[in-house]
Amino acid sequence: MKPKKSLGRVMMYVILVAYAAVTLYPFLWMVAASFKPLREIVGGNMSLFSENMSFENYRTIFGHTSLFPRWFLNSLMVATVGTVINVFINSMAGYSLSRLRYPGRDKIYHGLLLLMMIPGQVLLIPNYLLLQQFGMLDSYSALILPAAANIANIFLMRQFFINFPRDVEEAAEIDGLSRYGVFFRIAMPLARPTIATTAIFGFMGFWNEFTKPMLYLKTNTKYTLTLGLQSFQSQNAGTMWNQVMAAACISVLPIIIIYLIFNKFFLVGLRMDGEK
Amino acid sequence: MAKPTKRQLQEWKQGYLFITPAVLVIGVFIGIAALFVVYLSFMKVNLFTDTYTFVKLDNYLRLFKDPTARKALTNSLTFSLIVVPSQTVIALVVASVLNGKIKGKYAFRTIYFLPTLTSSSALTLIFMFMFSVTGPINMFLIKMGILPVGEGINFLNNPSFALKVIMIMNIWSTVPQYTTMYLASLQDLPASLYEAASIDGANSFKKFMNVTVPYLKPITTYVLLTGIIGTLQMFDQAYIFSNGSGGPANSTLTVSLMVYRYAFGSNNAMGYASTIAIVLAVVIMAVSFLSEKLNASESLY
Repeated sequence: MKPKKSLGRVMMYVILVAYAAVTLYPFLWMVAASFKPLREIVGGNMSLFSENMSFENYRTIFGHTSLFPRWFLNSLMVATVGTVINVFINSMAGYSLSRLRYPGRDKIYHGLLLLMMIPGQVLLIPNYLLLQQFGMLDSYSALILPAAANIANIFLMRQFFINFPRDVEEAAEIDGLSRYGVFFRIAMPLARPTIATTAIFGFMGFWNEFTKPMLYLKTNTKYTLTLGLQSFQSQNAGTMWNQVMAAACISVLPIIIIYLIFNKFFLVGLRMDGEK
Repeated sequence: MAKPTKRQLQEWKQGYLFITPAVLVIGVFIGIAALFVVYLSFMKVNLFTDTYTFVKLDNYLRLFKDPTARKALTNSLTFSLIVVPSQTVIALVVASVLNGKIKGKYAFRTIYFLPTLTSSSALTLIFMFMFSVTGPINMFLIKMGILPVGEGINFLNNPSFALKVIMIMNIWSTVPQYTTMYLASLQDLPASLYEAASIDGANSFKKFMNVTVPYLKPITTYVLLTGIIGTLQMFDQAYIFSNGSGGPANSTLTVSLMVYRYAFGSNNAMGYASTIAIVLAVVIMAVSFLSEKLNASESLY
């Protein structure tokens, strides 16, 4: 009995380690290549490490003539502003749909439920034309405004506020807070964990978005990181893999940092995603 | 209906005030946009002259005679057919192993999750580098003696390999998401089922096949359908890989990429592109409707 059992366990660890290697391998190459000179990368060297490693590629992409720092700041700005706006619009809407009673509320709720079914892909063309009419093409509003509210997150907030005890609100009102004060000072702070989950995934969504910046932005100084990365690759006749990989490293870094700090929110968010 | 009290009126006011921003944004960019795209699908749109001409069902009929559409559909279906089962099986195995009593569970989970955090543009570039002629994959194959020295395969520009590279990349980047779904559902698997199987003398593999897999059947259906929806919409990876062209030789032209090319490329055929997008959307909505239905009936059970 015993040896059989340990064989199964060995198999388990083999699978786990093998899959971890498959997952990490591309990342390790990205990091290694970002420190190597180009001729060594394209020279077909198999080892991850070499004595020629330096910060040269990073110095180049952060250099005076490089647009990369701008793209980084553009992404940071769009993702931050977009996330903050989302947090307020979604929380307010979720609160309105769960805690407040007014005519037409259920119709709005069902309308949102219906609109959530529409896949985003089909909306790209009409949104492009609408943004063109609004004169918003080639501006950050084109990236932020259409994504300023998110139905799934509104429902998530609604779900939170439905289970929120009414006596807390009543106590706050007795203490002299207005109904708006109750929401901004009591309800929203108490919803922090749910808000954090939506904010993290929202930020990640803005940060990693590729299709919209690609369609809407034309001026290369306005590019976001994802679009900048892609242009890095397509502009240079022979791809400067060393610089592209350094840029890719920097682009992934903020999200990985957020992930390591807020790990538990990621698990919560994914469970909710998975279970719908 | 009774006249609302002052307090009620205040509540109405707050209710409308709080829902208005969301309704405006969603109403315009999803609601109106959806109606607009249906309208466009019956039009011939010329963006340069800004003219819209009503063409009845021409765009829909054109779809049946378009060889590019057939090619894109074939590519997308092949892509789904290979990617969806692969990602599901890998996710199922990884999740089941992770669910066992193992050391370093947390570390493994953290590592496995990394691809989900990476933007499609960063990870596509990493894979393009890995599969380039002098990249690590070719060097590995040469070192193993599978390929002759100095004759690396041009994976990126060879029509018989390009889509396969995108498939590998897509499987690699989507497995974590499905692993997490499986893990969530495995946590509710009653330990008594395993104990019963142990008493019957089942080994780990038999337990996996006879207990875990049947138990996870409902979530597997859901994972499969979600996978179909995801793969049918795949755009970024194919776009970056081919720099928007769908090349080499249309081998990476997916349905979504074709929509882009017709709408924003030199074809200037936004009406027709809208039609393709709508047909794709209807298919996707049918699949998601089915998955919601299955999900609802299974959770009742």
